[in-house]
Amino acid sequence: VTLKGKPRFSDFNLVPENWGADIHAWLVVFAAKYPFLEELRLKRMAISDESLEFLAVSFPNFKALSLLSCDGFSTNGLAAIATHCKNLTELDIQENGIDDKGGSWLSCFPESFTSLEVLNFANLSSDINFDALERLVGRCKSMRVLKLNRSVSLEQLQRLLVNAPQLAELGTGSFSEELTFRQYVELESALSNCKNMHTLSGLWDAKGIYLPALYPVCTHLTFLNLSYAALRSDELAKLLAHCPRLKRLWVLDTVEDKGLEAVGLNCPLLEELRVFPADPFDEEIIHGVTEAGFVAVSFGCPRLHYVLYFCRQMTNAAVATIVQNCPDFTHFRLCIMNPGQPDYITNEPMDEAFGAVVKTCTKLQRLSVSGRLTDLTFEYIGRYAKNLETLSVAFAGSSDWGMQCVMGGCSKLRKLEIRDCPFGNAALLSGLEKYESMRSLWMSACNVTMNGCRLLAREMPRLNVEVMKEDGSDDSQADKVYVYRSIAGPRRDAPPSVLTL
Amino acid sequence: MERRVNYENDLNLMATELRLGLPGCDDDEPQRKTNPSIRNNKRTAPEISEVSSSESSSSITMSGSDDQDSPPPAKEQVVGWPPIRSYRKNCLQSSKRNEVEGMGMYVKVSVDGAPYLRKIDLKVYRSYPQLLKALENMFKLTIGAYSKREGYNGSDYAPTYEDKDGDWMLVGDVPWEMFISSCKRLRIMKGSEARGLGCV
Repeated sequence: VTLKGKPRFSDFNLVPENWGADIHAWLVVFAAKYPFLEELRLKRMAISDESLEFLAVSFPNFKALSLLSCDGFSTNGLAAIATHCKNLTELDIQENGIDDKGGSWLSCFPESFTSLEVLNFANLSSDINFDALERLVGRCKSMRVLKLNRSVSLEQLQRLLVNAPQLAELGTGSFSEELTFRQYVELESALSNCKNMHTLSGLWDAKGIYLPALYPVCTHLTFLNLSYAALRSDELAKLLAHCPRLKRLWVLDTVEDKGLEAVGLNCPLLEELRVFPADPFDEEIIHGVTEAGFVAVSFGCPRLHYVLYFCRQMTNAAVATIVQNCPDFTHFRLCIMNPGQPDYITNEPMDEAFGAVVKTCTKLQRLSVSGRLTDLTFEYIGRYAKNLETLSVAFAGSSDWGMQCVMGGCSKLRKLEIRDCPFGNAALLSGLEKYESMRSLWMSACNVTMNGCRLLAREMPRLNVEVMKEDGSDDSQADKVYVYRSIAGPRRDAPPSVLTL
Repeated sequence: MERRVNYENDLNLMATELRLGLPGCDDDEPQRKTNPSIRNNKRTAPEISEVSSSESSSSITMSGSDDQDSPPPAKEQVVGWPPIRSYRKNCLQSSKRNEVEGMGMYVKVSVDGAPYLRKIDLKVYRSYPQLLKALENMFKLTIGAYSKREGYNGSDYAPTYEDKDGDWMLVGDVPWEMFISSCKRLRIMKGSEARGLGCV
């Protein structure tokens, strides 16, 4: 079972903490009806330690637990899973709001336990008992995914790898301590024995001088996640020279445009690129990546179809060039970090940039827009983005017309999330007929009122129209609105701050 | 054209009416231009609400007219922007703390009786046990356990450090973060000499 709960904007703290999406009631029903449950994958759900304990003891054949961007639990819950799930093959803990009370949970796997294939505890920061980990990895001969946390040192990594050369995916721990020459050679040797490795991540605080230890593994890598390693452009360039087969690359913008040029030069098979900002909140920063880096990648990587790009400047011309080079984009997520920023050369809105994207990339499924945008952007989207399923909009548009174009034109739209835009009731209501065929609509800090929401709720009884009010806001304003279809009526687990109209 | 006035003025049913004008322009209607930035001010962190509502970071694109030459947005933090998960934000912040004091935090380490000094990067360690273990490995000696009352009594060696004031202190007395920010160099003393530091 895979369950996704809260609206995506909860990742950015826009949703009240106790909004709902608690897994417990589901587990109680599953335990009664599906005691043979083996796999549970949760995204943006609330899960408590009690729920994890209940899960661990209620399903005797439980095999795989994956938690992504969830919250409400601590390492005590993980201890319960490790203690009771005799057949566990997968424990994947990713990017959660977890209360890390210490690393003793890992020692709870019994000595007789050998079935683990996937272990990802990169999320956690506490020290774990390394001896326990070493024994665990040593006896789980089918382990193919191991993602360590920062507390595991390079020397310890080497010891683990010696006993697990079959690993396909590795998340290193901290990649920065001092190694003697002998230790370095041993690490390089251990890595070169990992013939099946196709995915590499971790590399926290990576020191450039030790990256060459990775070269033997790089030749076969298809996914390299450097988004927690603040590499410089020259360090990245040297590394990528050894990664000809790379299909997916995640980096920090510390690599700058020069680093991205190296991507274009060395990775012709690249399909996905994500560039995260190392200093998202520092306005004084003048480096990072610009339009030039993105353009350079597009020239060298014609197969690129997924991009997430955080930058501080962009031009319409650059985006037009990019999509000309890479017309197969399915996911185009561009975040110009200064809200409402225009083309920095012409000072015009970025309308033509996104116009080029939707006109050229006919397979486009997901789009995130940014920068200074007028209704024209949304006219383009409504007219051309016929395969668009997910659209994210922030600080954009001039009037209701913008959103109306999208609601009227994007026939395959499933998810629409909007914040800080001048779209009001007319825009909201223009989608009346459409919301039942969509997964959800989010609108926050727009011009929608309570009356507009009430009208929507009244006209469409099979929609849940939820309004979250801000403290101190005007009574008539609907600060945050979340609309989704339901045949079950209003949910009963909403907190008082969430009104279902 | 007959204009239907709805009692609930805010519904703005004008938008669905037949008119001759272009959709989107409502010259006659009282403009529903509640500036979202005002609400943003109330919503966001206290620093932002102090900005005057006439000009705030998120309001620039909403002033309506495209040909207005908008001033660049004020530099402030908007809630949930840029859209980065909290987990990633927290990771970056803790890395930054490490970087702020420069590339690595190398300090000299001397051991009584050893012919030359070594250097270690304190940034690499996250706790006293980690550091002490590394020192034991590096110099092939035993330091043993620390206790608040006895220091390293019973060990052959005791780790000490010179702090910002130039005083020689026993490693372990102060919280790790405080130690990291005040340690200038390390000296691993022979147990017999260190006893003077261990017990008062």
